[in-house]
Amino acid sequence: MKLEIVSANRLTDGRVVYLSHGGRWSEKIVDGRTARNDKESAALLTEAEASVAKCLVIDPYLLTISDETGAFTAMRLRERIRQFGPKVNQTLDQSV
Amino acid sequence: MYRYDEFDQTFVRQRVAQFRDQVARRLSGDLSEEEFKPLRLMNGLYLQLHAYMLRVAIPYGTFCSRQMRQLADISRHYDRGYGHFTTRQNIQFNWVKLDEVPDILAALAEVEMHAIQTSGNCIRNVTADPFAGAAADEIEDARIWCEIIRQWSTLHPEFSFLPRKFKISVNGAIEDRAALRVHDIGLQLKQNDTGEIGFEVMVGGGQGRTPMIAKSIRSFLPKEELLSYLESILRVYNLLGRRDNKYKARIKILVHDLGAETLANMVEREWQQLREGYVNLPDSELARIACYFAPPDLEDAAETDNGLDRARRANGQFESWLEHNVNAHKQPGYAIVTISLKPEGGVPGDIDADQMEVVADLAQRFSHDELRATYQQNLVLPHVRKRDLHVVWRLLAAHGLSTANHGLISDIIACPGMDYCSLATARSIPVAQSISQRFNDLTRQKNIGDLRLNISGCINACGHHHVGHIGILGLEKNGAENYQITLGGRSDRSAAIGEIIGPAFSAEKIADAVETVIDTYLDLRQPGERFVDAYARLGRGPFKERLYATH
Amino acid sequence: MPLIKNGAITDDPWQFPAEDGPMPETGSVAVSLTQWQREKAVLLARSTPLGLLLTGNDSLDNIVPNITAYDLIAFVFPTFQDGRPYSMARLLRERYGYTGELRATGDVSRDQFLFMYRCGFDAFAVSAGNVIEDWLRAVSEISIWYQPTNDPRSALTTLRHKLHALE
Ligand code: SF4
Repeated sequence: MKLEIVSANRLTDGRVVYLSHGGRWSEKIVDGRTARNDKESAALLTEAEASVAKCLVIDPYLLTISDETGAFTAMRLRERIRQFGPKVNQTLDQSV
Repeated sequence: MYRYDEFDQTFVRQRVAQFRDQVARRLSGDLSEEEFKPLRLMNGLYLQLHAYMLRVAIPYGTFCSRQMRQLADISRHYDRGYGHFTTRQNIQFNWVKLDEVPDILAALAEVEMHAIQTSGNCIRNVTADPFAGAAADEIEDARIWCEIIRQWSTLHPEFSFLPRKFKISVNGAIEDRAALRVHDIGLQLKQNDTGEIGFEVMVGGGQGRTPMIAKSIRSFLPKEELLSYLESILRVYNLLGRRDNKYKARIKILVHDLGAETLANMVEREWQQLREGYVNLPDSELARIACYFAPPDLEDAAETDNGLDRARRANGQFESWLEHNVNAHKQPGYAIVTISLKPEGGVPGDIDADQMEVVADLAQRFSHDELRATYQQNLVLPHVRKRDLHVVWRLLAAHGLSTANHGLISDIIACPGMDYCSLATARSIPVAQSISQRFNDLTRQKNIGDLRLNISGCINACGHHHVGHIGILGLEKNGAENYQITLGGRSDRSAAIGEIIGPAFSAEKIADAVETVIDTYLDLRQPGERFVDAYARLGRGPFKERLYATH
Repeated sequence: MPLIKNGAITDDPWQFPAEDGPMPETGSVAVSLTQWQREKAVLLARSTPLGLLLTGNDSLDNIVPNITAYDLIAFVFPTFQDGRPYSMARLLRERYGYTGELRATGDVSRDQFLFMYRCGFDAFAVSAGNVIEDWLRAVSEISIWYQPTNDPRSALTTLRHKLHALE
């Protein structure tokens, strides 16, 4: 089933944040509010845009996650790197 | 090296104040991100995957211990205690906060540094031979001209909104260590038949998705007329460069579309109008700037040193380092030391704050307070007495900075890739790490010999993969990282774009593939033949065969 | 749309008739290059000031022959990223001796003022806001210029030269 959350970068320090409850933004993906269908996704994005107007975040967008392992994990590699940070001391064979 | 006078100092301070105001306007909402972005880019501030990244200019790669110490302080105070040297002789900080950037710029201004024009569609920080002023094969010190270009291009009112970014590089030596031929303009100092010094002007080199080697449009330009000629090229480009498609906006496309000769004629026509005008610097100003680059006070030291010879014989590691990381200096008794920022399994170009301070101390004590950052993401101590080499090496070794791999396969150029960069299609750093671990045996590396392995995390080619003897380009295919290999590229006087060898390899297979390429070369090379030369002789056939052989 | 000229908000006397609209009977008019070429004779017969409304696409070759006929040359910046008018402005001022009003209009913000000013623009049609204060601040933010152009400020080489002459 489709599972999406909204992420953005925080204006003041550029850090990765996820749209959480009550229009707040959290650095932890677990705090992210999820959308399960297009309507919910659109609503999340609209809410995120309000934070852009308030100069809280930059360029919010939707990303697909999975919760199969019990924790939220982004599907795309780029998003996993944003989620976990650069694994600069890890070799290629260990995937993020 | 150049020192700011009161005007330069006032200028950077004003620029900091201006940016402080722009940041405040952004934070208060007066400026939208769309409006603010070009302003922050003009000050080298990017938004990357995890945070803002600040790219600080090290003009033509020349700096001093005081500046290096300030960079170390900045990395501790405002970042995470490290920095990353880039192929453009700049340093990047990966974790800065927007509201602290004006303070960082103020700290940089204190030591005569800034981040102006390290990004955006303007004339970027000018680059040069990192051995300038020291190289044994030098015609004239390129940095005099780099500083003149730096000043001329700083906030140039006419050329701050070019079709696309614009990179100029200058070389004053015989060997090209500045990759001139893959720059928008490459300037090669030379002597003409009557003994005058001037420039050969090459235009339209570049990498990215349409890599091209620059074309020579003037074989000799009297050096005093450099600025009017540059202004002419830039004006033609500013007026005619494409603005409808950012992938076709670099001057290389204009050169390609018009033909080098037509472009040369247009530039020449414009130049005839400009050369008598007020663009060229008066002699007094040329002389003032040249003064700053007078050779340091080097002593008459003996070319050979008994202590050095003894140490060399006694210590194989030191001997290897001398062999690879030490180059000939124009002054007998002196040497140029390259500090490799490519330890086994490390991140190419990264250096931590403690190491920065060690390097600063060494520059101060042993290299007339001079440092260089190189195109290959290493550092250089340009003026070291031969008899000090052993102690310099020991101090470097004590801080993990004595890797003796300059110019070998593990001296890898790699862009930040998807670990940091928001434009990346794949990671570069882990590939560099796995290859440097695979080839960790120095004896094996020495046997392979001179080799440039360059890695980019996307087609923008910041890691110069097109001109690596072996180039690796990271791509994304069906959500997975994939790596395309090119062979035969080079960035020296015989610059060439590498050829794509075949289908890309998965992340797990890429180190094996590199090893196959190397094994093929070792099997087929003639005595003393370098990898690039063997490739030029053999073509891609044998490499392709081995790489894609079905077992 | 406020017009800034000589550091002050000014009334704009110029009319910009639409490409295929009627030509105002009286007053100053500024037209596109196409309109100019089409109605040159009529326009030149008027006794009121004439001007051109140009973009970066227009070629100066078509403007220079009649350069003394214009009292206004306005460049439209469709986006701030269009840098062509900076070169065109310098050419008009420095090579072709144009002395009339040189106006920037379109996507013009205070952060470009200084570049434009130094290339020879002397009038700016800006969107809104506290413009005069912004403008005055913007033009004084940087006082050191490394490049000589023909604006009245001294470039750094001249300043350095003067300083050394004093020493
Ligand atoms: S080559 Fe691509 S991934 Fe690497 S730094 Fe440049 S833009 Fe980023």
